[in-house]
Formats: sequence, C-alpha cells, structure tokens
Amino acid sequence: MEAVKEQKNVSRGIDIESMQRGPRVNLDNETLCLEVKDFNLFYGDKQALHNINMQIPKNRVTAFIGPSGCGKSTLLRCFNRMNDLIDSVRMEGQLLLDDMDINSPSVNVADLRRQVGMVFQKPNPFPKSIYENVAYGLRLQGVNDRSTLDKVVEKSLKGAALWDEVKDRLHESAMGMSGGQQQRLVIARAIAIEPEVLLLDEPASALDPLSTLKIEELIYELKEKYTIVIVTHNMQQAARVSDYTAFMYMGELIEFGATDELFTNPNKKQTEDYITGRYG
Amino acid sequence: MVTTTSQHISQQFENELQDVRSRVLAMGGLVEQQVHNAMEALIKGEPDIAREVIAYDDEVNSLEVSIDEECIQIIALRQPTAGDLRLVSGILKTITDLERIGDESVRIARMALNLSEKDRPKHNYRELQAMGNHVRGMLRDALDAFARFDVDMALRVAKEDREVDAEYEAILRQLMTYMMEDTRAVTRVIDMMWSARSLERIGDHANNICEHIIYLVEGKDVRHLSIEKAEQVIKGQLIE
Repeated sequence: MEAVKEQKNVSRGIDIESMQRGPRVNLDNETLCLEVKDFNLFYGDKQALHNINMQIPKNRVTAFIGPSGCGKSTLLRCFNRMNDLIDSVRMEGQLLLDDMDINSPSVNVADLRRQVGMVFQKPNPFPKSIYENVAYGLRLQGVNDRSTLDKVVEKSLKGAALWDEVKDRLHESAMGMSGGQQQRLVIARAIAIEPEVLLLDEPASALDPLSTLKIEELIYELKEKYTIVIVTHNMQQAARVSDYTAFMYMGELIEFGATDELFTNPNKKQTEDYITGRYG
Repeated sequence: MVTTTSQHISQQFENELQDVRSRVLAMGGLVEQQVHNAMEALIKGEPDIAREVIAYDDEVNSLEVSIDEECIQIIALRQPTAGDLRLVSGILKTITDLERIGDESVRIARMALNLSEKDRPKHNYRELQAMGNHVRGMLRDALDAFARFDVDMALRVAKEDREVDAEYEAILRQLMTYMMEDTRAVTRVIDMMWSARSLERIGDHANNICEHIIYLVEGKDVRHLSIEKAEQVIKGQLIE
C-alpha cells in the first residue's frame, strides 16, 4: 500500500508531505530563555502575583493577556527589575534569565537592562535628534566613534523598519515624528544595544491601525534575533503576533500555551470566558 | 467549551449567536421534513408530495445562503475566538451538510415521481421504508445533539451510520436479485437503487454533522477516524 502511494505521488509530481501542516510551535522543542519559578510579589501587604511558574522560550513572541490589574505588567516589569524603583515591593521565588537569577545582589541592574530592553505604551523619545536617540545607549557605554555609531544607527533603524522614512532627516528632532514612527524609533533605540530580550508593554495601544500593523510586522521580524515578551489588551493582536500566550487573572497564571491552541481550544473555562468576552 | 454557562458581556453578540443557532435548527427541521415527505411520496406513490419536496428545495437553499452570510458577518465584525469560533465554523459546515441532505431528498422525490407512474411492487418498498426510518432517526438525533451540544448523542448517531451502510449493502444485493429474476423490473429497480443510495448519503451527512458537533463542543477533530478512535480522542486518551 505504502509503495503504491509513494509511486503515485512521484508519478504525479505531487509532494503530499510538504502540504501537511503540524502545529506551528511546540514547547517541548524550544530553548529556554526566561524562567519564572514559584514567584510571588507583594506591594506592601497586598499580594499582586501568586505563585507564578512559567517558561518563556527563546526567539519566540510570548504574549501576556488578562484584564486590568491581573498582574501582567507587574510581571513584565520584573524581568528588568523596574520594580526596584518601588520601595514597598517584596518578592519571593526566582526569575531566571539563561539560568542567571535576575534578582541576585550580584547582578548589575544596568547590565541587566542592557540585556533586557523595554518599550512602553507611550512612545518616549528623548528631545534630541533621531540619530542621537538611537545612538544614546551606545554613547552611554562610551562608544563615540563616528563610523561605528553611523553603522549601528542605520542597522537599528532598518531593524525597526524606520530607515527609509527617516534616512534623509536623521538630524531633525525626534519629537516631530508621528506616534507610530516614534514608537518604532524607541524600538530602534532598544535594539541598538543588542539586547537578548525585548519587553513590550502595550506597544501599539496608542497607535492607529496602520501603525499598529507596522509594529506587529516588526515584532514578527525581530523575533529572529530577540526573545520578545509583550503585554497587550488587544487580544486579536496577541493572537496575531505571538507564538505563546499566557492568560493571567487576579495575579495568577491561569493558562500558558501555544497561541494557536489557546485561541481555538483553551483548557480553562476562565480563559475561554475572557477571550470570548464573557463573564462567569 | 461552547457549553459554558456564562454570558457574553456584549448582549448583542450573545443574541447574534443565539439567532444563528436557532436558524440552523429551523433549517434542520425543514430538511427533516423534506426527507420525511420524499419518503412518503416514494412509499405511497404520491406525485403531489414529491413535487412539493422539489419546490421546497429553494427554501433550503436560501436558508443556507443567509445563514452563511450571517456567519461571515459574525466573523468579520466580532472576530470570535475559542468556543464561539468553533461554533461559527461548525455551523458553516453543518449547513453545507444540511443543504446536501435537502438535495438528496429532491433526488428521492424525483425517483418517487418516476415510480408513481409504474406498477407498484407487492412488497411496497418495505426495505426502503425501513432504511428511510433509520436515516430519519439519525438526522433527528443529530439535530437534537446540535441543539443540546450533546457529544454522547453525536457519537451514538455516528455509530448508527455503520448500520445504515450495512442496510444499504443488503438492499443492493436484494435489488440485484430482483433484476435477475425479472428483467422487466430493471428500470424500476434502478430508481429504487438511486433512492437507497440517496438515503445512504443522508446517513453520511448526518454523521458529518455529528463530527462538527464534537469539534465545536470539545475542540477535537474526529473526522476520518473510526468510532473507537474518536471515542478515545474525546476522552483524551489519544492525541489527534
């Protein structure tokens, strides 16, 4: 039977195997990048994150979804220790970046943030030229060589799909750009120092639909080089851009899985109710 | 699961889904009636009923088109996910099967018209009547399973399909004997064969509808699987 099948396919020149599609991603085949182990976080007496366990794979886009106040941004911010700035925060458990404990006292926070870049909801370019915005991180690191900076600025702006739009006005102020361009500029600034992880906190929520699509397209391209973790309120966006999705509710991780699976056949009723817009 | 008891926050969306569901059931009711009438026309030799079935096919077709449109609207405007998405896609497939069952009824009605002009055999199409009842039962149960999102019932209907297939084989054998016994009966027997074939197809479509129900409730695709494997997949003992 198999032999007959094989012969048939060859004689008709149809490669049936190549037409089959398995699941797009599978956690078992991934390399680990970030790991969250038995993680709890408190703001004063109030517990904001409850016993989170999660493994975020390398070179993939992982989306955090959930209603306001569910803890998704809090968790995202932990990955580059943004919560250090808040006095009342207390944490238990571990956050590992390639097996390194992010919260260990031996970790230099500035180094960590070079490895783990972050982009916020509202574009926050510096009141400088487009060029200087992108070169800023390198200048901080003491790089002042003109040709190196030129190369990095061009590469980063190309990486952020902005080069063609701004190459003729690199020395104009970044404040004159549109919101979508500013957000891509901020992403260019973040990738100029070649981080390992990019954290995006609602990167497109202040943008119009076309700029949003450009950012989404950019995310798709960036995952070749970076591990991306994105927080979004826009579920269709999470569905479109991410490989994996984590659904959080009231500080707990309810479900984590391949996005394809989670949006067509979630395991938990709470996930289903949230993504289909129901109340329990 | 689609059977979740919670309500959509958007009452409008909730209403749209309820509406499209009840329209599928209405279409199912109409199609069930068509099968019933087509069999009635065949067994009793009533050409008027047969003509009625043929005329009502337009209704079935236009219901298919308008439910289809409604589903496309929901996808475009609501971007359904998870159970809602599976419901809409399940409906889109179910109405295709219902429409085809409608077509098969029309085929049977055409045969009934032919046969009504010929001498009626002594056995009065008893074997077709039995198969027709069986298939109608399957269709009714499939629609019930759809109305209640009842996976167990859907599986039971799927099991019935094997019996219908066996009945079809038996009828074919019997009809061939008739033809050999009396060559003058060949044209009539061929019409009977086509009718049996249509009934068998209706059983297949009812079976398909049950597979759609299992997918929309459980999110598990059991097409092209044996009943035993399908049961294992539903219980989670086997990965699809």
